[in-house]
Order: sequence, then structure tokens, then C-alpha cells
Amino acid sequence: MIEFKNVSKIYPNGTVGLNNINLTINKGEFVVIVGLSGAGKSTLLRSINRLHEITSGEIFINGKSITRAKGKELYRMRRDIGMIFQNFNLVKRSTVIRNVLSGRVGYHSTLRMLLGLFPKHDKELALKALERVNILDKAYHRADQLSGGQQQRVSIARALAQEAKIILADEPVASLDPITTKQVMDDLKKINQELGITIVVNLHFIDLAREYATRIIGLRVGEIVFDDSVAKATDETFNKIYGNPLEKQDVVVMSK
Amino acid sequence: MKTIEAPIQKKEIRIPSNRLKHSFTILLLISIIWLSGWKVEFSITSLINGLPNMVDLLVELFPPDLSYINNVTQPMLETIRMAVLGTTFGAIISIPIALCSARNVAILPIISIPSRFLLNLVRTIPDLLLAAFFVAVFGIGALPGIFALTIFSVGIIAKLTYEAIENIDPGPLEAMTAVGANKIKWITYGVIPQVLSQFMSFVLYTFEVNVRAAAVLGLVGAGGIGLYYERTLGFFEYDKTSTIILFTLIVVLIIDYLSTKIRERLI
Repeated sequence: MIEFKNVSKIYPNGTVGLNNINLTINKGEFVVIVGLSGAGKSTLLRSINRLHEITSGEIFINGKSITRAKGKELYRMRRDIGMIFQNFNLVKRSTVIRNVLSGRVGYHSTLRMLLGLFPKHDKELALKALERVNILDKAYHRADQLSGGQQQRVSIARALAQEAKIILADEPVASLDPITTKQVMDDLKKINQELGITIVVNLHFIDLAREYATRIIGLRVGEIVFDDSVAKATDETFNKIYGNPLEKQDVVVMSK
Repeated sequence: MKTIEAPIQKKEIRIPSNRLKHSFTILLLISIIWLSGWKVEFSITSLINGLPNMVDLLVELFPPDLSYINNVTQPMLETIRMAVLGTTFGAIISIPIALCSARNVAILPIISIPSRFLLNLVRTIPDLLLAAFFVAVFGIGALPGIFALTIFSVGIIAKLTYEAIENIDPGPLEAMTAVGANKIKWITYGVIPQVLSQFMSFVLYTFEVNVRAAAVLGLVGAGGIGLYYERTLGFFEYDKTSTIILFTLIVVLIIDYLSTKIRERLI
């Protein structure tokens, strides 16, 4: 369970990233966050595992405050939260299996990890994770030899090997073509349904949000303007999220 | 039509101003060179007057006394060994310094600024001066030479490595933060795999430089073949000097060739 309590984020230059967010995401949900660029989607997602710090309020993961966690405790809490990025964020020169294994570093001592000594159990976990996303045959290829969609699946495997209970995905398909987009989203859906992992995804595309989410959260200038099940998300709601100015702008450009 | 004319006119205005800039740059460069030459009393006449002496010296260098190779084989091997040890120690010391100097790894300026200052300090000291200093401390022999090369190597390897680290893809670093890695794990799995091959290449390059540097360290008593340069030149045995020069050239060429081949494989 992820809880936001009166969370605000104001950037040093005065821009409001998040404005008094109160939000509860339950275990096993597939939440899609939609909104314009700069609406605060990424800030919201990254504040959950503290890749971004918030300026006020508090965030709880399964009842424990990550906002107040320090050092080892913070590492431990992050270990349970997997993350998938728009640019995959793999070490391109390393093999696929090594990238997946890097998701395991939180489970072992620093000395052991410095020497690269992963137990057999970890290797099995990594291979099983790769099998789940259908790229087991690429395990010993270098990451940069894989296509974008394959690389994104490696990063999903990394989150799986991490045995994360929550997976955050920040625009996971923004740099993928429609077919690989579907594969990656299907993988996430499968993980959500079969393993009961909570999934929170930032998306640009409304149709994708409708297709995969169990719940949609609409953000606009750092505030939640919609939060309900997919069924309730009508065209009108999306207009509200994305705002009318966009349409007007389109019209102006057309008339020129 | 008007919209098409406008950019052309703009260009016509810009070209002369650019030309003016170029001519000023050239003028400035010429005056800097001329001033430098004037201040150090550079004269072409003394260069021409000195030419006969130079020819005499070249004549004396030939033919090289090839039998002398037997005398300098051991010192040559010592030179290479010094370079191997100096480079290795230097490479090891460079790792923490490079990590502390890279601003994307050592985020706190309190670490990166002193580290960079130390590195710049090391880089300003010439290798011969370092060798002379260590000879004064440890006495004549290969040991001070190795120490001098170690410090000299740190200056090159740490500088090139921290610049390489600052240019790595920040994505994997973000990913390692997100999986809950502490700083050491973060470096081991986010930074090192991204720069390892470049680091190895810098080490090999430094080894090439060190073989050449080690060949002159003997001039100040820091071991290696440099001692024999001084000895043969002191006794005006130019045929032996030319043997050492040729021998060094061959060794350096072989090492450069091998090192380049390995470095090509690495990248």
C-alpha cells in the first residue's frame, strides 16, 4: 500500500511540482497516471521511492514512512520497489543477465557484491525472470545488442529478480513502437495479475491507460483532478485532465 | 518573395564580420609567436651557425656500436620493469582519486574539490623533478624511479578516468539508486562497468608513456637505461649513445604496437 499524505513539492525556482496530494494506492492495483508533460506525473512517481525529494507531507509504503527513512532503512525500502524507466537504464556494455542480477544487490553484503558473488539462487531467479518476459535466449548477449522493446523487458526482469512488491514505471513505452508497446504493457499486466505486484505507470496515451489500468489518476499542474476506475473515465474526464487550451492551440495552428 | 530575400541579406551582412574576426585572430596569433620569439632571443643566425656542429655530432653517432647492446640489455629490462610497476601502482591509486574527483559520483563538493586540487598539484610536477626528489629520499636505484612513475601515472590515469566517469550514461546510476544500492554497490554496478574498458585503455596508454619516461629517469639516478645515456654522452662515446637510442626506439615501437592492438580490442 502506498499512501500520500498532504504531499507537496516546490522546486527551488518556485515551480509547483505537486500540490497537496492525498492518495492511497492499494496492493495489487494497476494504476495509470495520465496528464500533460509537466503536470507532475514523473515527480509523483519518483517521490514514491525518493528518486525525487518532496518539500512537505509524508509518503508511507505499507505503513512505514519512506520520507523519514535514512541510510540502510531507505535502501531496504527501495529494494521492495522496482522501477522501469523510459530509457531502460541498463548498463549497455554488460550482459543481460548481469543487468538483471544488479537488481539483487540490495539482498547481499557490500563486500560480497563488490566481488560479484551472486548465490546460485539469484542466478536462477534472474533466469526465471527473463523467462517470464520471453527473452531467456538473450541472457548472455550484451544489452546493447537488443532492440528497444527487448531492453525494456530486461529492465522488467530486473524488477522481477529484485522481488519487488511494487513496480513503478515512468513512461515505459514512450520510446517504443506500437507493437513492442503492446508487448511491454502485456508483460506488466501479466505480472500484475499473476504475481499480485502493485503497478503504477505514467503514460502519455489515453487509449493505453483505458486498456490496461484498473484505476486512472489524472494530474494537472501538480494536482489530482481525476481519480477513479477506468469505467468512470469518460472523454469528458480526459478533456478535463488535458484541458481545453490544447484544443484552442491546435485550432490556431491550423488556421495559419 | 520577401520572406526568401530576408535571410540572404542577413547572410551577406554576416560574412564580412566573420572575416574580420578571422583576420584579427590570425594577427593576434602571429604577434604572440613573434613576441615569444623576441623575448627568448630566438635567432635564426645562431641556428645556422650551429648547423656544422650538429652535422659533426650526427657523423659521430654513426655507425652505432652494436656490440654495446649486451651491456644495456639488463638496464633496458629494468626500465620496462620500472614502467610495469609504476603503471600498476599508479592505476590502483588512481581508482579512488578518479571516483572522488568525478562530480557525478562525489556529489558533495567537499570531496571533489580537494581531490581535483590534489590531482592538479600532481600533474604540475614534472616526472624528472619527482624522480630527483625520490632519489634524494630513497637513494640511487630503481625504487625512486618506480615511485616517480607511480605518481606520474596517477596524474594521467586519474585525470582521464574521472573525465570518462563524468561522461557516463546517468541512467544506470538512477536504476541502481532505485534498487536500493548503497554507494559502494552503486559504484560497482552503475559506474565501473561503464568505464572499465576505457580505464584499461588509459592504463595501457600510460604504460607506453612510462616506458619513454623511464628511459630518461636514470639521468637523475633513478634507475633504468637513462644512466647509460649520461655515461656514454659524458665520455663522448656517441656510437654507443646511438645504439641506446636505436634500442630504445625498437622497444618503444614494439610496446606501442602491442598496446595499440590491445586497446583496439578493448573499445
